[in-house]
Amino acid sequence: MLDVDITGRIGHLDLEARFSSDGGVTSLFGQSGAGKTTLTNMIAGLITPLSGRIAVNGTVLFDHAKGIDLPVRDRRIGHVFQDARLFPHMSVRTNLTYARWAGRRKSTRDFGEVVDLLGLDDLLDRKPPTLSGGEKQRVAIGRALLSDPRLLIMDEPLANLDQARRNDILPYLDRLCGEAGIPILYVSHSIEEVARLSTTLVILSGGRTPAYGPVADMLARTDLGRATGRHEAGALLEGKVARLDRQWGLTHVDIGGSFLQIPDLEAEIGTPVRLRIRARDVSLAVTPPEGLSIRNAFGAHIVSITEESGPYAEILCEVGGQTIRARITRASVHDLNLAVGKPVTVLIKSVAIDKRQRTPVPPVPA
Amino acid sequence: MDLLSLQPAEMQALLLTLKVAGAALLVALPLAVLVAYGLARYRFPGHGLVNALVHMPLVLPPVVTGYVLLVAFGRKGPIGSFLESTLGLSFAFNWTGAALAAGVMSFPLIVRPVRLSFEAVDTKLEDAANSLGAHRLVSFVTITLPLALPGILGGAILGFAKAMGEFGATITFVSNIPGETRTLALALYTATQTPSGDIAAFRLTLIAVFVAFAALIASEVLARRLRRRLGGDHA
Repeated sequence: MLDVDITGRIGHLDLEARFSSDGGVTSLFGQSGAGKTTLTNMIAGLITPLSGRIAVNGTVLFDHAKGIDLPVRDRRIGHVFQDARLFPHMSVRTNLTYARWAGRRKSTRDFGEVVDLLGLDDLLDRKPPTLSGGEKQRVAIGRALLSDPRLLIMDEPLANLDQARRNDILPYLDRLCGEAGIPILYVSHSIEEVARLSTTLVILSGGRTPAYGPVADMLARTDLGRATGRHEAGALLEGKVARLDRQWGLTHVDIGGSFLQIPDLEAEIGTPVRLRIRARDVSLAVTPPEGLSIRNAFGAHIVSITEESGPYAEILCEVGGQTIRARITRASVHDLNLAVGKPVTVLIKSVAIDKRQRTPVPPVPA
Repeated sequence: MDLLSLQPAEMQALLLTLKVAGAALLVALPLAVLVAYGLARYRFPGHGLVNALVHMPLVLPPVVTGYVLLVAFGRKGPIGSFLESTLGLSFAFNWTGAALAAGVMSFPLIVRPVRLSFEAVDTKLEDAANSLGAHRLVSFVTITLPLALPGILGGAILGFAKAMGEFGATITFVSNIPGETRTLALALYTATQTPSGDIAAFRLTLIAVFVAFAALIASEVLARRLRRRLGGDHA
């Protein structure tokens, strides 16, 4: 659906990006200065790559060898910019319909439906300078959606917002990613947003794309430590809500035969959920421990051990066909005689899995 | 002599001045907007030369500009004779010549604020408009032009004021012909050159002050309405 293989240069940064994705939400993840915005601007047509090819849904937007370079207005890419870029002299309503009356785009999407999806009803007659940051971003997303895009690019839509505003807008993004029905390229430097929203993860580091693939596989890779960030590193588990324990306020999630207990009861039985388990919240034991406060203990076996030069080691364990990542000290690896293939008990504190680590599963692309 | 009603000669000078300045603005403003946009948004070979050419009338003595116009657009001038033989348009010693002189003299004064206001409009907004399918021309008309409107209005007022008061280039180019090229400024000059013309000069001065004052108030009202329409913080 989205095929990118380009080289380019902007300032002192050489860009060399190659990835493809089957649709759904593709996240472009990397630190500041990794070239994320440059890459998205090349896909959108605002910057011309030096060479290569860009195709969306089989439509070639750029092909250096064949001399194809569609102008921005013909690419049909809904671009949600980091700074929203609403037209200040027009009402929210006029902004939303801009693609229709100025761009001659016939939106297949219903105006009212988009207004509902993003909660814009009360904003329609207001002018952008009177909106809050979160409201501006929602309008920008709506405006892009109504331009009949074949791809939606969201360039760090939450970067300029404080945590409270982010929490306001994230549920809208969850819904959007579920209902949009078009591929989305989501740019972020926050592993939390990426783990929450994406199906495919593309890692961008120093202008290059060292790896891309399904998000759970990518987060379980320990060789990308620097690019994905160490402190926040963690693996994704997907499961279904199996039981609600109202007495103690716990939700039991079936992750393939094993049950993970997490706080919070705002779920319905049977709904799929995605959990991001930070590696630093996971402990390992060689014998099943007793008398612990930790409620989640699973039998697992070690898939790989990556020792770094510092005090830490990254251990990947398999539990019911899914991967859990643990970050422990090298000293513990040595003392416990941990080795690949060895059975261990994985321990996860329920308390460590807060609301932000728990999200609906993004839909599998058709 | 009635103090409050205008005498025929005064009325004639006033109407002629408005006609000359209006025509000058009508032609100079769209041209100035185009030139200002080109200077603000594009870097091309000869950018500096165009910029210098536009600003030339501002730094040259007006008499020089008037003389250049006379040489180029006069009946025997290369451009003047060409226009007269093809379009039947003559600038020599009639009011269109006065309008041409006023337009040329006010051109740099219009270009300057318009260019500044174009430069203040974020090109990123135009990118956003293009990404929504708008052609460059459409994004210019719907985004850039409205956001630059306060600056364009400012340029228009400045240009109109300059055109109304133009003296040196006009008298050099098209002389001082009553009913044809004698604008308020030229009439006032004539009055000061006439023995016992003090009262006439005084009355013309009052008329000029009144017109200028009315124009300023009108522009202020317009600017305020514009600011409100552009959404408060985008003045």
